[in-house]
This record gives sequence, C-alpha cells and structure tokens, in this order.
Amino acid sequence: MITVQNLTKKYNNKHVLSITHLQIEKGQSFGLVGNNGAGKTTFFSLLLDLIKPSSGFIINGGVRVDESEAWKPFTSSFIDESFLIGYLTPEEYFYFLGDLRHQNKADVDALLSTFNDFFNGEILGQKKYLRSLSKGNQKKVGIVASFIGKPEVVILDEPFANLDPSTQIRLKEIITALAKQKEVTVLMSSHDLIHLTEVCERIVVLNQGEIVKDIKTSAKTLKELEQFFTP
Amino acid sequence: MFKHFLNLKIKSFFRASALGKSLIIKTVMIFFGVYLLLVMVGLGVFLYTLLKTEFPNVDPVLKVNEYIMYWLFIELLLRYFLQKLPVMNVKPLLMLPIKKSVITHFVLSSSIFSIYNFLALFVCIPFCVVLLFKGYPALHVISWFFGILGIIITTNYINFIINKSDKMLALIVFFIAALYSLSYLEIFPLRQYLGKLFYGLYQYPILVLVPILTAIGAYYVNYNFLCKRIFLDQSLEETTKEAEVSELLWTKKFGDIAPFLQLDLKMIWRNKRTKTQVFISFAMLFYALYFYTMDGVGPTSTVIVFVGIFITGIFMSNFGQFIPAWDSTYYSMMMAQNIPLRKYIASKALLISASIVAMFLFAIPYVYFGWQVLVINFCCALYNLGVNTPLILASGALNKKRIDLDKSAFANMQGAGAVQFLIVLPLFGMPILIFLLFKLVLSFNLAIAVIGLLGIIGISFKNQLLDVITKRYQQNKYEMIAGFKEENS
Repeated sequence: MITVQNLTKKYNNKHVLSITHLQIEKGQSFGLVGNNGAGKTTFFSLLLDLIKPSSGFIINGGVRVDESEAWKPFTSSFIDESFLIGYLTPEEYFYFLGDLRHQNKADVDALLSTFNDFFNGEILGQKKYLRSLSKGNQKKVGIVASFIGKPEVVILDEPFANLDPSTQIRLKEIITALAKQKEVTVLMSSHDLIHLTEVCERIVVLNQGEIVKDIKTSAKTLKELEQFFTP
Repeated sequence: MFKHFLNLKIKSFFRASALGKSLIIKTVMIFFGVYLLLVMVGLGVFLYTLLKTEFPNVDPVLKVNEYIMYWLFIELLLRYFLQKLPVMNVKPLLMLPIKKSVITHFVLSSSIFSIYNFLALFVCIPFCVVLLFKGYPALHVISWFFGILGIIITTNYINFIINKSDKMLALIVFFIAALYSLSYLEIFPLRQYLGKLFYGLYQYPILVLVPILTAIGAYYVNYNFLCKRIFLDQSLEETTKEAEVSELLWTKKFGDIAPFLQLDLKMIWRNKRTKTQVFISFAMLFYALYFYTMDGVGPTSTVIVFVGIFITGIFMSNFGQFIPAWDSTYYSMMMAQNIPLRKYIASKALLISASIVAMFLFAIPYVYFGWQVLVINFCCALYNLGVNTPLILASGALNKKRIDLDKSAFANMQGAGAVQFLIVLPLFGMPILIFLLFKLVLSFNLAIAVIGLLGIIGISFKNQLLDVITKRYQQNKYEMIAGFKEENS
C-alpha cells in the first residue's frame, strides 16, 4: 500500500529523517515508536504531503504523494488539534468531513452510532464548540472523524495520549477490529509500548530519524522494546 | 513581595508578543500612537481658547465641566471593549506561598498604570497649565484636577465591576444617547446641571475629597469582590457559551462548494474578529454619507468614485486580505483532507462576490444624491467583482501569518504583514487612477464606463483567473502550512 524510497528530510543541513526503504502492506496495522525528536511526526507529515521531502518520495496506493493529490480520497488522518475546526460543534465537524468524502448525513450518522460507547455520552448533543471541549474529548472527535468515508489508509499520531483509561481500552478494541478486516491500513505512533504491542502487527522503531528496528509483533516484542528503550 | 510582582509585570510587558511584531507594524502602531497623543495634548492646550471664542460669555471651565459626563461615558465604553481585566495573569501565582490579599492588592493597584487612566490626563494636564497661566486661582485648579483624577480612577474600578456584562454595555450606550438627546432636544438641561455639579469641584476645593473617597471606596469594593473569588473555577475561568447550531440548508443550492460556504459563514458568525468585520462594513456604509454631503463635492467628482469602490469593497478588502489565514489554525487539516483547492478558492470568491452585491444593494438609497451615484456604485461593484476579487485572492497565496480566531477583534493586528498594507494600494488606488486619467482625457461618462468594462472583462475570465490563483496556492503550499503553524507571528 505504502512504499517509501530514499526519503530524507533536512532542516538547516541537519537530518531529521532518513529512510532508505520501507514497505507497508495493505491491511497491516503498523506502529511507529521512538523518543521525542525521532522523526515520527515528520514521517507522518511527509506522508500527508504537509512538508516537502529533501530527497526521495513516498508512494501511497500507487500515487506519489508530492506529485498528485489522488491519494487524498482514500487516506484520512488525525495528527493533532490543528486538524479540528474550533468553531464547529462535533456533529457539524463530522458532517463537514462527510461532505468532503461524499458521505451524506445518514451515512455519517450510521457510522457515529457505532461509536456511542467510545464517545461515552460526552461528544454528541452537547451544544458545545470543539474549542471548548477538553483535550481528551477533542482527541476522540479527531480519531472518529478519521474513520469517516471508508478510508483505506488511516494515520493517527499518538492516538492514546490524553485519553482516559476506558477510552484507551475501547480505542484498542476499535483498532484491533479494523486490523482484523485486512482492508484498512492503520498507521499509528505512540509512546505507550504496551498499547502498541497489543494493537500492531508490525512495529518500527525510529531513532534520530533512522529505522533501527523492524519487528513483527510476537509475545517477546514488549520485552525487546523495553530493553531497547532502557537507558 | 511587591518588588517581585513589579519585576514580573515589567517582563510581561517587554516580552509580550506585541513587541515582537514585525518592524512595519510596529512603525504603523507607533505612528498612530504618537498621532493620538499629539491630538489629545493639542486639544488640552487649545481647549481654553477654543471655548472662549465659541462661547465668549461663559467661563470655559464651566463649559468643560458640562462635557465631562460625555467623556466619562465614552471612556467607559472604550474601556469596556479594550481594557483587559488584570485577573487572568494571577493563575500561576495561586499555588505559590503568597497571601491572597497581597495578590489582590497588587492586581488592583497595578491596574492604575493602565493606559486608559492616562487618556484624560493628556488633555487635563495641559488644560490646567493653561488655566494657571491665565491667572485662575491655583488652589481651585489643582483641587479640580485631583477631583478629575479621582473620578477617572473610580471609572477604572467601576469597569472591573461591570466586568464585560452585555447589559451594562447597553446601559452605558443608553445613557450616552439619553444625555445627548436630552440636551439636543432641550427637554431638560441635564448637561448644564451635571456641569454645575462638576464645577463645584472647582468652586469648593474641599469637595475634592468626594471623588477621592469614591475612588478608595471603589477600590475596596473590588478588593472584597476579588479576594473572595481568586479561585481557578470562578472569576478566573473563561465562560463558555452554548453553541448555536444552524444547518444553513439554503447553501446546498451552490452544489460542490456548499460545505466550504457553510464553513465560512459559521466562521464569520461564531468568531469575534470576523463578526466585527461585518459590523465595520455596515458602519462604513454610513460613513459614505459624510462624503456625499461634503461641500463642493459634485456627484461626478473623483471622491464619489473612491467612495463607490470603498463601500462596495469594504468587506472584500477587510475579509479578503486575510484569506486564507482565517483558516490558519486548521490549514494542515484542509491540505491533508480530500479538498480540491480550486473549490476552496471558488467558495471564497463566491462569498466575497456576494458581499459586494449586498453592499451595492444597501447603497442604492444614496441615489438621492444624484443618479450618477447609482451608476458609479454599479460600475465600482463590477470592478470589485471582476478585478479586485481575483487580485485579493491571488495576494492570499503570499499570506503566511497565523490568525487565532478566538483572540479579541479590537486593535488586533495579528496576521497583518507587509502584504496586507501593500495590497490596499492597487485595490483602491488603481481604479481611481484609471478613472482620473480617462476623465481628464475624455469625459466622466466614458471614464466610469471604462471602470465598469474592466470589471466585466474580469468577470468573463473568472474561470481562467481562478485556475491561475489555484496554481499559486499550490506552489506556496508548504510555506503557508509552515507559516500558519508558527504562533505569535
């Protein structure tokens, strides 16, 4: 689904990301882990064509992302709060994204009804603008919004951060269910090694912009990761 | 303890993001600041002579006192909109080992150095100096001055008690209107009575104690109020309003661009700064009256053409010059979403065009000042639609400054850069130059026809122009995303 080739990103002659080759299969649930400054968000931003690569390229579903916009219809993402529109209510935001992805109101409503547990009654019908929701609830909105319109690639940057324990567990269930269908490729990053090993089939460790580990998740993975990150 | 507080205050002033603004904005702001200062000091110096020539039989001091009430209400209005309540800065101090009473005293006493307390003094001090030179008794003049000072400080604290309540705002506006209409319609000489009241401060120096005591009283009312409420969840927390939900179904008529149009309309209506732009546009409609009724301005003069371009294009220039920075807080989402850039721009173009048509329709009654006015406004609207709209959208591709929509609207220069200052010149200057040239060489009729024709040409090439603009946005995409991410730019 996604191919990365000789990708580098430099700021002031300093390499922040350098990936020679990376192949992500369709339907794989892919986890990215690394300390601050390892290049996780930079990688996702490059994948979404929000920053320009210094060299190399990324192909998403057969489309070079920095040359064509044809990857946008089947790719959706939630990186941070800057993906939310503060002056809309959650419902309006969902419908707006639905409009962009050619889903009518009924389609969006049907999708939202499957997330009632996840929302825990704190999102819909609250008569609040997104800007006055708490950080955790904003995150819930952003994550669910990225599932609108049957995307083939979903990119989530640190989806577990700021969520309360119940919601974290529900999110794990949601992502595991998605991964089982083998139709949606989920890419996510996290600082929580336990969550990541539970949800992802494959985990890649970034360190100072380079891939240092590429693991197919097994029972030993958590130990291996903990060992790697122990200073 | 106060020394630490003072230190914090000084740092917060010098490290404020306002001071880090670009040179051009700083220069413009300093220029306006100095200009205002000079106007006020000048008013203070010449007030005496002015009143003496205008009302030779009345003591100027009495006349000044008659107008103090107006000044106070208008100052209160100004404070209501502009003066920040100082409580917001105390949050980080709450968990430190400092007594709440000390914090409160500091917050309240430091508010005395607010610029709004000095406004009146810029007029008052020169006026009093002039009075002393004219031989007015020093004791009376000085006590009057301190009386006024006491009243100003009282206003300062009353403003905190009002605390941005909308009802009080309505009341203030009502009082100004009542005061004005009572004296204008000569129903009841309230102004004169109030004038005598304030004149008392001058006549009987001992009365100076009254405003000083009210100032101290207002301070303690505030102190008691605040001291009990310095908790995170009470006065320090910003209140959230309930969301007004609207579906704007009528926008569906516009097909593909409907979602963007809905988004823009919601943005304008739900954010202070954009909402103000709408109100300013309507206010400017009335400002045009000033030009139409000016002496020596015929219905075919160049000034009227400027007014035509200005009133039909006021929303276009005010709103348009910050496109797409209005969307800056979520611009990276827009760029990662399934959004064809051309539709995004087309929706902005539609919004601006609608505003031009609306402003033209609102300005139709000005046909009262001559049929030419209607023709001029029509041709100017065409010009704005065909030439200025694409121009201002194209300039948007150079926009790289973030705008945080939830910041206040008044005197907010966030998002303004050199582009915004420079774009106004061709926007309003070009059509005037073209008109002048053709009017001098040919005639009024032909000149205004040329303006209209240019507009029609622009409108007929709309699609091609939008394509070019879209390309420019695409070329500058990465820089725009990076620029909009920078806070405090």
